Amino acid sequence: MNYEAVIGLEIHVQLNTKTKTFCGCSTSFGEEPNTHTCPVCLGLPGALPVLNREALHKAILAGLALNCEVAEYSVFARKNYFYPDLPKAYQISQYEYPINKGGYVVIKDANGKEKRIGITRAHLEEDAGKLIHDEDPKGPSYVDLNRCGTPLLEIVSEPDIRTPDEAYNFLHAIKEIMQYVGVSECNMEKGELRVDVNISVRPYGQKEMGIKHEIKNMNSFANVKRALEYEMKRQVRVLRTGGTLKQETRLFDQSKNATVPMRTKEEAHDYRYFPDPDLVPVILKKEEIEEIRKELPELPMAKRKRFIEEYKLTEYDAVNICSSKKLADYFENAVRNYKNPKKIANWILSEMMRVIKEGEIDIEDFIVKPEMLRELFEIMDSGLISGKIAKEVYDEMVKTGKRASAIVKEKGLKQVVDEDEIGKVVEEVLKENADAVEDIKKGKKNAFGFLMGQIMKKTKGKANPKLANEILNKRLFQSQ
Amino acid sequence: MGLNELTIAETREKIRNEEITTLDIVNDLKEAIEEDNSRKDSLNAYISFNMDEIKREIDLYSKINQKDTLLSGVPIAIKDIINVKGTKTTCASKILKDYEAPYDATAIEYLRKNGGVPSGKLNMDEFAMGSTNESSSFGVVRNPHNRDKIPGGSSGGAASAVAGNLAIAALGSDTGGSIRQPASMCGVFGIKPTYGRVSRYGLVAYASSFDQIGPITKTVMDGALLLEAISGHDEKDTTSANVKTEKYSQYVGQSIKGKRIGIPEEYFGDGLEEDVRLSVEKSIDVLKEAGAIIKKINLKYTKYAIATYYIIATAEASSNLARYDGIRYGTRFVKTDDLDTLYRKNRSIGFGDEVKRRILLGTFTLSSGYYDAYYLKAQKVRTLIREDFKTAFNGVDIIVTPVTPKAAWNIGQMVNDPLQMYLSDIYTVPINIAGLPAASVPCGKTSEGLPVGLQIIAYHFNEADIFRAARIVEEGV
Repeated sequence: MNYEAVIGLEIHVQLNTKTKTFCGCSTSFGEEPNTHTCPVCLGLPGALPVLNREALHKAILAGLALNCEVAEYSVFARKNYFYPDLPKAYQISQYEYPINKGGYVVIKDANGKEKRIGITRAHLEEDAGKLIHDEDPKGPSYVDLNRCGTPLLEIVSEPDIRTPDEAYNFLHAIKEIMQYVGVSECNMEKGELRVDVNISVRPYGQKEMGIKHEIKNMNSFANVKRALEYEMKRQVRVLRTGGTLKQETRLFDQSKNATVPMRTKEEAHDYRYFPDPDLVPVILKKEEIEEIRKELPELPMAKRKRFIEEYKLTEYDAVNICSSKKLADYFENAVRNYKNPKKIANWILSEMMRVIKEGEIDIEDFIVKPEMLRELFEIMDSGLISGKIAKEVYDEMVKTGKRASAIVKEKGLKQVVDEDEIGKVVEEVLKENADAVEDIKKGKKNAFGFLMGQIMKKTKGKANPKLANEILNKRLFQSQ
Repeated sequence: MGLNELTIAETREKIRNEEITTLDIVNDLKEAIEEDNSRKDSLNAYISFNMDEIKREIDLYSKINQKDTLLSGVPIAIKDIINVKGTKTTCASKILKDYEAPYDATAIEYLRKNGGVPSGKLNMDEFAMGSTNESSSFGVVRNPHNRDKIPGGSSGGAASAVAGNLAIAALGSDTGGSIRQPASMCGVFGIKPTYGRVSRYGLVAYASSFDQIGPITKTVMDGALLLEAISGHDEKDTTSANVKTEKYSQYVGQSIKGKRIGIPEEYFGDGLEEDVRLSVEKSIDVLKEAGAIIKKINLKYTKYAIATYYIIATAEASSNLARYDGIRYGTRFVKTDDLDTLYRKNRSIGFGDEVKRRILLGTFTLSSGYYDAYYLKAQKVRTLIREDFKTAFNGVDIIVTPVTPKAAWNIGQMVNDPLQMYLSDIYTVPINIAGLPAASVPCGKTSEGLPVGLQIIAYHFNEADIFRAARIVEEGV
């Protein structure tokens, strides 16, 4: 019997607001422990939460980008549980009436076909603090409440995902969308994006769901995929060998590349959700929601399609260029009124991305501005410099931030297009390489390339290659 | 006569005329408290009356205040559930016995701005849970009218101190009757404002959707002045109403001619003590003589109020009190490596029986599988009770009822019968469910000499009519 997996994801995305969800404390990351706290986020007796409008705004923006229906009436609820990183002993979240519900994201399945993954809900909640444990297991544990109260958007998918690859693609799509709408950088290392997965397996064709397992503790998209691959195999193996599965929560152990049991259903928390009496329901007018919708940028999927159509990019290029909004914007600014966008796309994806990655540069801060790249291409197109020289000029632009035209002028990199000048060099080369000339006459074609190389070397790459080629050709084959 | 016996209005006048200073009054209060403390049957109204702290408060007042403020430097005693910066806020609980508030409640901030000087923290039922002040971990409070009797609760210390001249006036809090019931039993004035009238920021939460801060005072006029001083919108409390504060004192003494007063049949049924009924009926006659129109009305969902209240209030409490676990808040009583043990032991040691009972009740009603049958249903009944009042107020301006079915009972009498104690809240609880304003004004005494209060209820934000009517009753009786 063949089995298929049924997978659903729960993604926590940290919203990049300046202040916390229910108080005025800064959300800045990596500060001295417990320096960004106040009576509200510390849960001091008597303190009350007040909703940060920016957090709500960003949650709505994200919801709209996920094609969700934004609720005109939503309610904050308390999720009650005891843990030292949660000073109030409840997390303010949303339960029965989330701010966003019923959306979808389009991904590509294994056959490259578009597939919709449903979004059950995307609700706003506050983060907990962080526990720091002593290296000595018998030593003390510390609580840092700087993160406590930071806004999170919990995105819950429908169980529409069938393979670990789809899960990976879905995560990627979510990250892209969040970055595009500017609500989160989704940096997993900073905890800006966290994922839990639910997975069950069932025989192909069966309608009913199998036994659900939740997996936690995956710190990268790759690990999500690995955990799912492992778990899928494990569950199928249990069923194939006549075993039974029971509902449980498991942890991904990176060192073993496997999942290990954490707790069973019986040990699961009863969070005793109920509406938070300290916060009035959020009431939104249709017009307010539509007003926010106007702020939505073009989303990755649409942008890719447009780039393929408008700029004649390949699917591959479009995917890569649109992998971040900043890069896509850079590209679009660079190709403005430029006749061959595909060429610039290639350059961005090879030369520029190499520099960006090596230098860990933020594209917005990149010293070579889009119009400077365009200028380089225009100079190249005009025949003033060759592609090879262009790379040299580009390296100089990256180093100094100077414009291509200035560098070409300063360094005298202008291409030689004068026929006489090139003709002189050709003569010199022919004289110095009589053997090669003989070879050509004997029919050894590759000697031609050697001679071309010598010409370029002599002119320090500045000879117009097309012209040099023509002259050499003429000199070798037509003068006889 | 000691200065401790003065009202707010009198004290204010004397301070403005420079006859006395705040410190003079505080000294007299201190003397009275010490004298009382030396008695075997001390009222035990205060958890702390720390002269160093109060002197600091007076300094603060003299630095920032002008004499022509509303309260002009009158010392106000504060129930120990309201945060006053730099003082302990214990909620009369062992678990917060060492907790010092690092910030001011908004009501305290407003009080200061209006010239009030926070002076002393008052005893109460632990976390405001109780109707007798017997659940305090700082000992029972006695009723100055008869020291064998309870003062009522949960603001028992506040009512006892004001009635026993150990305070000029006090701030209490009312979740299901905690201002009105002790005010009634101690023969003083107390008002629970409309839910949202006074900010809850800094009031340690018992049941958030019911809790309100309010004054307990010697006179109706004092109640008006003190309420005026603490009312107003607060951005730090989203349930606080953006409704302009009125000058309540201007209504004290105004006529009630033509005002329609509703008498709900359900509040005069079985269980109402005869002596209480007589006093209440007498004061209804007083109101009638003053020109009010008396109408019989019905509030048919009254019988569900106690059940509704104890489901919702305990549900909220179970969550509100979860933070006292010995990690961030609460005294840590045990040392252990195991987190669950730490939680369990701290909370077992730190909370008293009544608090535990309510936490368990609330935890149960919110549990999965029970939520719909209890919490959700109670919320639906809550809506019905609100509607009930709304309909009633279409035909009347105010409603008057007894505050409690009985006058103060003996200390220890109901300790082992919590249900009986809960039922004694029958007349006050519906008001909190509906979020309405209501006061208790003294309206007579039982044959035993124990005070009886009349409850005056108005529609949302119509405290003005309460003050009008209360003053008529105060004068007439």
